Amino acid sequence: MKAERKKNLYILAIWTWTWVATLALASFGPKYIWDEHSVLTTLAVSVNFVHGILMIIANRRMFNNFDELERKIHLESLALTLGLAVVVGLTYSLLDATNLIAYNAEISNLVIFIGLTYLVLVTVNTKRYA
Amino acid sequence: MKNKLKVLRAENNYTQEDLADIIGVSRQTINAIEKEKFDPSLPTAFRISKLFKLPIEAIFSFEEN
Repeated sequence: MKAERKKNLYILAIWTWTWVATLALASFGPKYIWDEHSVLTTLAVSVNFVHGILMIIANRRMFNNFDELERKIHLESLALTLGLAVVVGLTYSLLDATNLIAYNAEISNLVIFIGLTYLVLVTVNTKRYA
Repeated sequence: MKNKLKVLRAENNYTQEDLADIIGVSRQTINAIEKEKFDPSLPTAFRISKLFKLPIEAIFSFEEN
């Protein structure tokens, strides 16, 4: 079980890093590397998308390798994170649409919020069962 | 659900880590079961029962909250 877990974690780490790297390439490449060449931009975005899918598959494989308690911890954390992401995301969007905030609602802020929420909830839920 | 896992583990000189490896779960799961914070799944209960050569009801007992 430990060897399998280590392998799954290693594969997930690889796909996560390549996804981040290809995202950076697709974001900054058009401006700084290939001068807005549309074919290269399409290719970079496609490669990033494929790496994202592979990262999701690796994450699912790791999730399925969790034992029953770990699965419960992550499932509870995911359920709360999903709910908060929808509610907070739409409130944030509404604040922007009604001009209650002076800046544009950026999707990256929501992604950071989701990541931090999940991290905190997994830590709290893990402590609950310790 | 009450259980005698901690007693049985001590009687058989297993650490939580040893038991976790044999049963195929994490050490944290064994700890949570022993502290009765988490009820094991049926397959895990059967594996524990098989390891200690005891019927499930001799290890786990159900108590309505």
